[in-house]
Amino acid sequence: MTDRGAARAPERAPATGSVRRIRMPQKLRNLELGLLIVACVINAGAIVLVQLGALGRVDTQLVLLGAGLSALVFGLHIAMRFVARDADPFLLPIATVLNGLGIAMIYRIDIAYGDAGWDSAAVRQIVWSVIAIAAALATILLIRNHRMLFRYTYLSGLIAIVLLLLPLVPGLGQTRGGARVWIGIGDLVTFQPGEIAKIALAVFFAGYLVRNRDSLSMVGRTFLGMRFPRGRDLGPLLVVWALSMAVIVFQRDLGTALLYFGLFLVMLYVATSRLSWVVLGLSLFFAGAIIASQTLDYVNGRFQNWLNAFDPAVYDAQGGSFQLVQGLFGLANGGLIGTGLGQGRPDLTPVPQSDYIIASLGEELGLAGLFAILALYVLFVARGFRIGFAGQDDFGKLLGVGLSFVVALQVFIVVGGVTRVIPLTGLTTPFLAAGGSSLVANWIIVALLLRLSDTVRNHPRLVIDG
Amino acid sequence: MNRELKRVTIVSLLMFLTLFVASTIIQYVQADNLAADPRNARTLYQSYSVERGPILVGGEPIAFSEPSDDDYKFQRIYADGPLYAPVTGFIPVNGEATGLEGSLNAELSGTSESQFFDSLNRLISGQDPMGASVEVTIDPVAQRAAWDALGDYTGAIIVTQPSSGRIIAMVTKPTYDPNTLAVHNGEEVDQTYQNLVEDPGDPLFNRATGGDMNPPGSVFKLVMTAAALESGQYTPDSTFPNPAEFTLPGTSSVVRNSSGGSCGGGSEVTLATALRLSCNIPFAELALELGDDAIRAQAEKFGFNSDFAIPNPTETSTYPENPDEPQTALTGFGQGDVRATPMQMAMVSAAIANGGIVMDPDLVESITAPDFRPIEEFDASQFGRAISESTARTMTEMMVNGVENGAASNARIDGVSVAGKTGTAENGEDDPYTLWFTGFAPADDPQYAITVLVEDGGGLGQEGFGNLIAAPLAKQVLEAVLNK
Repeated sequence: MTDRGAARAPERAPATGSVRRIRMPQKLRNLELGLLIVACVINAGAIVLVQLGALGRVDTQLVLLGAGLSALVFGLHIAMRFVARDADPFLLPIATVLNGLGIAMIYRIDIAYGDAGWDSAAVRQIVWSVIAIAAALATILLIRNHRMLFRYTYLSGLIAIVLLLLPLVPGLGQTRGGARVWIGIGDLVTFQPGEIAKIALAVFFAGYLVRNRDSLSMVGRTFLGMRFPRGRDLGPLLVVWALSMAVIVFQRDLGTALLYFGLFLVMLYVATSRLSWVVLGLSLFFAGAIIASQTLDYVNGRFQNWLNAFDPAVYDAQGGSFQLVQGLFGLANGGLIGTGLGQGRPDLTPVPQSDYIIASLGEELGLAGLFAILALYVLFVARGFRIGFAGQDDFGKLLGVGLSFVVALQVFIVVGGVTRVIPLTGLTTPFLAAGGSSLVANWIIVALLLRLSDTVRNHPRLVIDG
Repeated sequence: MNRELKRVTIVSLLMFLTLFVASTIIQYVQADNLAADPRNARTLYQSYSVERGPILVGGEPIAFSEPSDDDYKFQRIYADGPLYAPVTGFIPVNGEATGLEGSLNAELSGTSESQFFDSLNRLISGQDPMGASVEVTIDPVAQRAAWDALGDYTGAIIVTQPSSGRIIAMVTKPTYDPNTLAVHNGEEVDQTYQNLVEDPGDPLFNRATGGDMNPPGSVFKLVMTAAALESGQYTPDSTFPNPAEFTLPGTSSVVRNSSGGSCGGGSEVTLATALRLSCNIPFAELALELGDDAIRAQAEKFGFNSDFAIPNPTETSTYPENPDEPQTALTGFGQGDVRATPMQMAMVSAAIANGGIVMDPDLVESITAPDFRPIEEFDASQFGRAISESTARTMTEMMVNGVENGAASNARIDGVSVAGKTGTAENGEDDPYTLWFTGFAPADDPQYAITVLVEDGGGLGQEGFGNLIAAPLAKQVLEAVLNK
């Protein structure tokens, strides 16, 4: 672990670094400001286009709500000028534009469904966005140094377990779409604690692996050119595997299980440099998945839907491939340039505003729009990985990689499911999909990545060394 | 640690690359296949969201689209639905369109090749897509007159213009209201359609161009007379033995004239008298003398055994392939395995009226793009010459005689010479007759060819006959259109 003060020293001696490396924090924030303005213009434009396309007129009410939301984002930006001056300038604008596009599409579905007021998912999404951005602001204000999280490694692990178990508590947990991953009081306020749990897990994994990676990586026997760990060191992997399997069996949530396990494997690999962990882990997971597909009806159904989507029997079956195929029809309807916002029929696909928002966007914005959205995710994840490359302490590096990868993996699982690359599982598309817990969790990830990137920028020498 | 990170970065990029490839496959490579999937409701809604062009009669729409508030955006409305059902057909939300709605779907929905640039232009300039309008050849006065004349009979009336093949009127009964099949509720459409299919009156049949194909009976004697005169071996004065009973060769079956006795008395009867009085025995004898090949050849020159699209698909009228001698004798008076639609018989009359040339029947006067650019104009096309001009003249005289002092007397109109031929076709031992009239007027300057078909003996079983029931209907329609 590098001492913050010591690392600052070379910064004050420009002779040791190249001129290019001299940072201009104010420039970073100004770039962010410019990008934010572009993001807000795009978002306002999207909402206006939805209104013109679907309503044939402009309704200022929602634009005003959106403007309020933009104000909050600028509030976050201003706060960063004081507490995270060196933070990455791209993360906030990307999150903003994705969040805004999501609201525009959710609003578009509202119009198709005829929902308004508090029935309107878009209004609720805006309120949740306010809460999420406020949470991000709180995070960035409270956590001035990411290494304070290192101290709470095991507490984070405990929090993750508790959050995961919450939906199983009778009276509190709720089952939707077959998955028991919700908590709430009636229909009023519902929350998916698993979304927050992924952050706690990333913190826990990072802290735990930094502490224990030596024993996990150093010893073991070599087989097929790979050094495999000792049996006694398999404990953590088996525990996380068992946890993932428990999520599949008890919460009936394939996507979340894959997300947690993938997150752990990648962090384990980066921490220990051992490919054998990945091989072992993937073998375990696929073995588990195959057993699950043989023994659990809903898992088997997901596989059937994936492999034989167009088979009439599968298509017509209860819980069959109807949604998947409708989503494909929607995407095909969009073609290269899309139908235009408000002019497609995304409402023909079930849950077009949450699990299937990517298909809705693909229909109305076309392949071009989908590429742009995916490119935004690539950029977001790349900025996160950059923290991993440039970070100066292993905990920060691991946490940055973990948080970025969890976003990448979640996008892959959701979009891959919709586009039939992998079986469809219920996960939200980060920032886009309707759903408060997902928004709050992803905005906290933004805040943590901003905080991490700020410390990277604060240590230019190590950028060069890294 | 950075080496591992690089690998994780590559894996992440590969994951995104997979998504780029998968979405490209769906949205570009597979897009057309997915759009063609019958389960794809978007494709269906899209075909309805086009403002279909109207179908016009005399400039007035008989089928048109009005904006609707539901998923289909437009509601198809059929003005005078039952009257024009055999012309327009209908376009259901969950099945195939029939009538002009089906045969001209590409034009009406604006997707025909000739409208490609028009559609593209509208797309680029941001206008909603729109289909072409179709003006039909139907004359509203003639259509209404035919509808009124047919009354409650089961049957059809078709009126054509001999010189061009234009279909002036086409009525069939019983019929249906296409509006009931254009509702935006698939289940309701299915139910209505099922009821119509199960209706014993078969209201979905267009009896003018198809349905349960009827034997033409005595109206087929026009084809026989044409074959005889065209062979060069017969004139109207050629004679045939005139018994009161005729036993079919090689059988014990006996053929009688409708009068029950000989054909107008005498030991011999001329071809002209046989046609005028519509006797069966002389035509059975003629059929045996000509042979089935010669008859078939003449029938096919009139259009039998050929497919006609008007552009709606029609049933093919048939003369049998290899009838034996007794069968051949029966075809001489339109029985046996001869089957004809009213449209086919109208083509026979029209050819006689048109100096021997058969015109292709057609319903479409013009097709006009939304920007008033003509896409298609009526262009009379010949099917071919069936008989010589002199045969046509001779037959016209014979048919006029049939109306003036023969078996078709009930088609007489004061001051207008009408050429005509009746028919009373047997269907089975105890089944009601099928009653026919075919002809044209004025005989000296033919404007209209008409064929009337009345099934089920016009409600009189085996008591009804062509001159009693079908001929007066033709007279009524001809009077209406000639006095127009």
